[in-house]
Amino acid sequence: MSTPTYLIRRVLQAAAVILIVTIVVFALLHALPGGPARGILGPQATAQQIAAFDHEQGLDKPLPVQYLYYLGQLAHGDLGTSYTLNEPVSQLITERLPKTLLLTVLSAVVGLLLAVPLGMWQAVRRNKPVDYVITTLSFIAYSTPVYFLGLILVLVFSQALPWFPSQAPQGHTLGEVLAYPQGLVLPVAAGAASMVAVFSRYMRAATLENLSEDYVRTARAGGSRSRAILWRHVFRNSLTPVVAMLGYYVPVLFGGALVVEQLFNYPGMGLLFWTAAQSSDYPVLLGCVLIIAVATVTGTLLADIVQRIIDPRVKAGRS
Amino acid sequence: MSTVMQPDRAPGTATTPEPAASGTRLAVRRFLRNRLAVVGLGVVVFFVLFCFAGPLVYSTDQTHTLLHQVNLAPSGAHWLGTDAVGHDELGRLMYGGKVSMTVGLAAGVLATVIGTLWGAAAGYAGGWVDAVMMRIVDAGIAIPALFILLVVSAITTPGLGGLVLILGFVSWLVPSRLVRAETLTLKNRDYVLTLRAIGGTHSRAITRHILPNSVSTIVVAATFQIADAILLVAYVSYLGLGVQPPSTDWGGMLSAGLTAAYSGYWWLILPPGLAIILVVWAFNAIGDGLRDAFDVRGRG
Repeated sequence: MSTPTYLIRRVLQAAAVILIVTIVVFALLHALPGGPARGILGPQATAQQIAAFDHEQGLDKPLPVQYLYYLGQLAHGDLGTSYTLNEPVSQLITERLPKTLLLTVLSAVVGLLLAVPLGMWQAVRRNKPVDYVITTLSFIAYSTPVYFLGLILVLVFSQALPWFPSQAPQGHTLGEVLAYPQGLVLPVAAGAASMVAVFSRYMRAATLENLSEDYVRTARAGGSRSRAILWRHVFRNSLTPVVAMLGYYVPVLFGGALVVEQLFNYPGMGLLFWTAAQSSDYPVLLGCVLIIAVATVTGTLLADIVQRIIDPRVKAGRS
Repeated sequence: MSTVMQPDRAPGTATTPEPAASGTRLAVRRFLRNRLAVVGLGVVVFFVLFCFAGPLVYSTDQTHTLLHQVNLAPSGAHWLGTDAVGHDELGRLMYGGKVSMTVGLAAGVLATVIGTLWGAAAGYAGGWVDAVMMRIVDAGIAIPALFILLVVSAITTPGLGGLVLILGFVSWLVPSRLVRAETLTLKNRDYVLTLRAIGGTHSRAITRHILPNSVSTIVVAATFQIADAILLVAYVSYLGLGVQPPSTDWGGMLSAGLTAAYSGYWWLILPPGLAIILVVWAFNAIGDGLRDAFDVRGRG
């Protein structure tokens, strides 16, 4: 498949996935107990009030018509209005999404910077004690609920040793959050831990696979030093599949952010979502789900494209 | 809880299963040679005995509020102390573990069953049916399970059975991809083509050939799925969707202990936390060992 055909196909696939997500979200909106009217008007509303509301909002029209109307709203960036905060959902998300992205990107970067060298080190020292130790630690990190890890971090590095604050930076803008970087240390550490666990495993596997390739043997036979081969060839070739996995990791990063933000009271989208769940603020909940799904699909798409560009061997379509 | 430790692989990587008897014996031998996997198996056996047989030996009152013995530190009478309503923490660990492991096991198995059927159907059908079915899987993966679970928690509070159903329905996506990849390679094997040629039905091809030949992939996927489900149960309790009092699970104990964290009641936090880590680790180690023993591709 040529690259342009591939790109078009991939983008169409992504569009189809997002369309399915909108159907799911739309279905959820209508599966709510009592429907949207009951949600907005509250449990005291009379049948007449609900009927009037439904008529006013077009909720008495057939579902397919409503769905098209909903899609039209989405196309205009209208995600509805929060029941409790009385602000447009799109505005709430625009305000908080950058802060969540900051948290997830920092966690991902810190995680990768640790995971990649660790994985390579393990591969080079395969079946030596250091390999076993890192493997065991990464399985433990993977098996630890993020909130438990966060709690331990707070107890150790904030209570026992007063090094870092236990509360994340507060503030409306990115600048206000960044002005207090020490508050980001523990949330980022909690978010990065499982990342290190997962990606050191990938890096180890990818490096091992590359070390057994012919080109390594050839380079070695040609007299290149192991270290030069490792960094010049194996490193780059092993990084490719790891980059691809990064795209698939986006939903996990968001899931982690949800817990981390709640735990450290970090004013991002995860906390917004958490608070909305406590107050059954459905427009906010479903708006966030939609945005996160779009972010995930975009992440996967970008990872696939980047992988195809940096690794000419990846020509076969992904299953 | 992540799906990411189990990357799906391109078709063509599956191996031919060896003849049943010798293959199984070989796999068992290879599994037993994997020290971490054997330790993992030991940990699971220990916790099953601890949670299900333990209460017979160490009987405690886990239903009544016992206000005269609240938040006691570990002692001879209460080996792991007591919690905020006076329940013996060691007894509670057994009681909660029963729920965590049962729900995790049931949800993991349910997810694998749904995923297997979906993946086999998609891979076998091929064409646009496959395309649509797999885009639905992509859409499911795009929404992190925790977010769906929180939306559900805003709508309803399920019982234990409902919890298993919900957890199963948010985590079947990865096994479906693995089984689909396996099916794609199997459906063009000679024995399947022959069966079709002599008039065998599609369902016969799937149930008699494709699924039995995918068993090792499915078993490995199920093991990882159980590990993830036990972890997910712990998250779900933290999110407030989990098991309702006076019943509890390890995640519920942990989140109840969180409120006491700053009072220094470590015995309310460390035991359930470590129990979760150990059991999830153990299932992952077993999955790892099984994957190597069966020589199938699973997580990296």
